[in-house]
Amino acid sequence: MYDTGKIIPGLLVFVGLVTFPVWYAFGTDAGPLPNPEKPTKARQCVESTEYMRTSHMVLLDDWRDNVVREGGDRRAKTEDGTEYIRSLQNGCMNCHTSKKKFCDECHNYAAVKPYCWDCHVQPKEAN
Amino acid sequence: MKVLQALGIVLALMLLAYVGVKVPGGRTLFGVVLPYLGFAVFIIFFIVKVMDWAKSPVPFRIPTTSGQANSLPWIKQNKLDCPSTTSGVIGRMLLEVLLFRTLFKNTRAEIHEGPKLAYGTSKFLWLFGLLFHYSFLTILLRHMRLFTDPVPGFVHALEFADGFMQVGVPTLYQTDIVFLGALTFLLLRRMILPYMRYITLQSDYFPLVLLLGIGITGVLMRYVVRVDVIGIKMLSHGLVTGKPLIADSITGIFFIHLFLITVLLAYFPFSKLMHMGGVFLSPTRNLANNSRMKRHVNPWNDPSIKPHSYAGYEDDFRDFMVEAGLPVEKEPEPKPAEEDAPAEGETKSES
Repeated sequence: MYDTGKIIPGLLVFVGLVTFPVWYAFGTDAGPLPNPEKPTKARQCVESTEYMRTSHMVLLDDWRDNVVREGGDRRAKTEDGTEYIRSLQNGCMNCHTSKKKFCDECHNYAAVKPYCWDCHVQPKEAN
Repeated sequence: MKVLQALGIVLALMLLAYVGVKVPGGRTLFGVVLPYLGFAVFIIFFIVKVMDWAKSPVPFRIPTTSGQANSLPWIKQNKLDCPSTTSGVIGRMLLEVLLFRTLFKNTRAEIHEGPKLAYGTSKFLWLFGLLFHYSFLTILLRHMRLFTDPVPGFVHALEFADGFMQVGVPTLYQTDIVFLGALTFLLLRRMILPYMRYITLQSDYFPLVLLLGIGITGVLMRYVVRVDVIGIKMLSHGLVTGKPLIADSITGIFFIHLFLITVLLAYFPFSKLMHMGGVFLSPTRNLANNSRMKRHVNPWNDPSIKPHSYAGYEDDFRDFMVEAGLPVEKEPEPKPAEEDAPAEGETKSES
């Protein structure tokens, strides 16, 4: 082999870069898996758990567009007839009371920074 | 048509993953076993390939000299296009690796009426190549949010910058659009231009279509058929820490995306994509043009064969050369015994 002085370090750099997550995991402590707090008030959300897991942001976006920009109705009913308010702070957070214990659990884990709180006032949490 | 074959292969791979995960044990196979295998193949054969290249001697300097070489002191050298020092080579390589300078110098010949031949610069390949590579890099680094916990700061910064326009929810990433757009351009370039189509091989189409498949499934998962990111991160971060966990919420499209990436990784070391390592080993780029300053000895020369100068050669064969009437630099000493040797006065004075 020729130019081993350059090729071996080069390959080491390559392996180091592509295995970055592996040695990064050794150097840091992963937090616990996300465990969003379940509400005690209601048993059922406005949509199915699967839908809420993947698409709650779309729902919120639609609500905002509809209510704030198109003058839509604040009130809506779930499939089983329970009335709810289409609002982040007065609707969602009526049951999911804690941003810290509910929203942030998954958002922090997946490194998502939604811009809800650019406009909404962040709830002051006791803990 | 070759492009249809490439498309067919990629579609078949997608179908394989989609159907495969429905078979018992298929989720573990496509979610854990094959990704590990693909990554191992990628690293091991990448190294094997580079070692193989490193075994080829490059005895002589063969840089492309697209500028004035180092010459007399009053002639200005083009230090980047014809470097004669290591620092010059480093500069040239940095421009090559980071900015694709060779592609920037791409020219195009056109025949106009007359007939007149015209040469012009052609920057599209450079531009879209650069856009593609940098958006791919950004996307790759952004994905580190799924492989690290806690997520390092540079990933947050990239996410923020990439979604700077705050379009829609989930926030639209600019690189997603640039990536797919540039790939489409690079594919269409090969499909539409007749002279490109003529020289394009199956192995040129396949990586492009494969990358498009990866990009499209990724974009679909973010903006259209949204997936459970938490479940996916449990798997992807689990793969990194050796404790993979396949949540039930992970759907088929994710496995398609993952399997195409697995195929890309396993295919990488055996394909043209190895230019990732090869660009550093291009002798026409990474050698200093210093042939006039340093002696470069051919490494496969037999050491038992000693250098044989012309003077030595003539010493060995002078008599035969004279006999054959060949000119010699040093006339042979006249032998006094033989009268037929034409002994001239001037040769005597020379010797």
